Amino acid sequence: MFYREAGDFKTTYQEDSQTFPIKFDRWRYWAVLAVAYLFIPFVINDYWASAVFIPFLIYSIAAIGLNILTGYCGQVSLGTGGFMAVGAFACYKLMTAFPDVNIIFHIIISGGVTAAVGAAFGLPSLRIKGFYLAVATLAAQFFLVWLFNKVAWFYNYSASGQINAPERFVGNVAVTGPNADAWAKYLICLVFLTVCALIARNLTRGAIGRTWMAIRDMDIAAEIIGVNPLRAKLMAFAVSSFFIGVSGAMFFAIYLGAVEVGEAFGIQKSFLVLFMIIIGGLGSIFGSFAGAAFLVILPVALKLVGVDLLGFPTDLVSHFQLVIIGALIMFFLIKEPHGLAQLWRLAKEKLRLWPFPY
Amino acid sequence: MTLKKLAALALTTTLAAAPAVADLVIPDLSYRTGPYAAGGTPFSDGYQDYFNLLNARDGGIGGEAVRIVECETGYNTEKGVECYESTKGEGALIYQPLSTGITYQLIPKATADQIPLHTMGYGRTSAAKGEVFNWVFNYPANYWDAASVMVNYLLGENGGSLDGKKIALVYHNSAYGKEPIRTLENLSAQHGFKLDLLAVDHPGQEQKSQWLQIRRSRPDYVLMWGWGVMNQVAVQEAANIGFPMENFIGNWWSGAEHDVTPAGAAANGYKSLNMNRINAELPVFADIKKHVHDAGNAAGDGSNIGKVLYTRGMYAAMLAAEGIANAQSIHGVSDITPAQLRDGMESLEITNARMEELGMGGVGPAFSVSCSDHGGNGLGIVQQWNAGEGKWVALTDYITPDDAVTQPLIDEDAAAFAAENNITPGCL
Repeated sequence: MFYREAGDFKTTYQEDSQTFPIKFDRWRYWAVLAVAYLFIPFVINDYWASAVFIPFLIYSIAAIGLNILTGYCGQVSLGTGGFMAVGAFACYKLMTAFPDVNIIFHIIISGGVTAAVGAAFGLPSLRIKGFYLAVATLAAQFFLVWLFNKVAWFYNYSASGQINAPERFVGNVAVTGPNADAWAKYLICLVFLTVCALIARNLTRGAIGRTWMAIRDMDIAAEIIGVNPLRAKLMAFAVSSFFIGVSGAMFFAIYLGAVEVGEAFGIQKSFLVLFMIIIGGLGSIFGSFAGAAFLVILPVALKLVGVDLLGFPTDLVSHFQLVIIGALIMFFLIKEPHGLAQLWRLAKEKLRLWPFPY
Repeated sequence: MTLKKLAALALTTTLAAAPAVADLVIPDLSYRTGPYAAGGTPFSDGYQDYFNLLNARDGGIGGEAVRIVECETGYNTEKGVECYESTKGEGALIYQPLSTGITYQLIPKATADQIPLHTMGYGRTSAAKGEVFNWVFNYPANYWDAASVMVNYLLGENGGSLDGKKIALVYHNSAYGKEPIRTLENLSAQHGFKLDLLAVDHPGQEQKSQWLQIRRSRPDYVLMWGWGVMNQVAVQEAANIGFPMENFIGNWWSGAEHDVTPAGAAANGYKSLNMNRINAELPVFADIKKHVHDAGNAAGDGSNIGKVLYTRGMYAAMLAAEGIANAQSIHGVSDITPAQLRDGMESLEITNARMEELGMGGVGPAFSVSCSDHGGNGLGIVQQWNAGEGKWVALTDYITPDDAVTQPLIDEDAAAFAAENNITPGCL
């Protein structure tokens, strides 16, 4: 009824190729943004920020990054945790070496540093593919974690190998450190996520994104039609690592505030982000959000229901979390191998025809 | 129908979330799952059982009931932060996270929120300097004390000289395991022993290469900073390479029953430090059995009573309860705030007579806390595992650490922290 293309006339090419061709979707998009920017910051408290919103926003950026590499360019990567660590440690070194520079620049430069490291580790992708590439990125994961544990310069020779985020300001509002308000931390993450998602969306639907998808679908054919695999693959690694580096920097500086590399950026983190994009949907920006939301919110929701509402013992709930999340992952992958994004797509198809499906 | 159900659910959630009034809220950031659960479970059982005992026997502390809020962290910092944020709104008085990683997260947060943090024998060692870390307490002992106590014990074994000896440190590759390195390095320079550092990555199940290295380099002593599953594996590996167990010494987080029993008779003779004495006959255990376990309120399955880490958890709860009682008497109110508890902890004095009175005579050393010293006196005993009888036997009385070595390090690290965070040292 209200969800349809009919009657929504496009008169320019620009309008014709917009992200949301349906009017209702455009309104919904603005409504989501309005709620996120104009409503949530006024009601958010410490608990909701640290338990739900900030991890969701940061993991979304990481998932978008990995989705560019794995979902759009078809290069499987298990090095996400290591690349997030590069972002975090770059941010720490920058924050302590240049305390007068604004944290926003530090986060962006950390992304740049990670992009360079990612591109270097992407070099083997020109020769090896599939599982073998996954193993090469796995090596990156272990090497980077080992490096940040081993070389004391990265953690400024602190006795424990921990890195701690000092207090930094945007304007005169603290966004890192213990005195930062929930809304400030939330807003800076939201701004970064919005910008990253816009960049990612526009990269993936433009010429660059098409070369990535051509490589993903069949690299030899892509080469024949004139795609330079060196350029396309390295670019995918660099862009993907940029986003992952930004998320790692924010994960350390804004979300946790103190990080231990082996614990925070271990192999589990690589798998977590990979599961996010598989559950959310490979090759979809929306899927990155959906996957991050699924894996961040579900454990918290299960805990709230199990411990606070039903009063079960905490260890029981925590074991059940593993069971339930595992079962849900299997259920989704069997019922919908293309992830939550595909469910969303199907729902939209159905909605277009509703209420006269025939 | 569905809407009705949803509304009912929402209502119950708000009701459940509404804070209960006028009681002492003690969050227990426990971990009963994951690779560190073997240590986390008995500690948490002891911690909760003691507060439940106070509720059942004495009607709480100073007439005020204690409410425990348990939250499962799985020894994971992200979950630890979630637990902290979810419990602090309930009026939490004191945090005891039992994880050095989570402690590092919580030091700035708890300081900003003005809630005391008690990291008993773990966490950031330099928190002993109370002028810089106003809200953090790590009495009765810390890691650098432990390192020094170990070396002092070995000095005693070797007639006062460790010159030319080779000592290996097997450590958990995390903030926890790295803490003693600096102290041991200083001690090695001072006493002329050679120090080998062998890191074991989380969770610690894979230690073949480290023990192969030990087998090759044949150190005189192996010290260990391990936790969770890492301890059991290390003891087993040491047995596998035939390392003499009496030369293998763990710190106080590597010396519980569950760490040595999997290796069976091969673990006989393994030594570890302890900051509390173990005595399953303490009258307080009988009270816990009677008032808590027999009433069906045991925190766990009730099987851990009297064990090393259960005793330590109970000891931690006793120190917290004494701090609360002290705060109540200072401020003359029974329903204290976290800030008042901090005052109580800062002027805490634990005497042998008081411990006797509480039914746990000699469980810990007598010590007192002051603004400049949040760390207690750092005493530790050395205990040895007797596999035949299946129990730990204390070999020594309390050994004093070498404050001349640890204090300058504490001052240096605390000064660095103060500079990093723009703190002007001072008492509150």
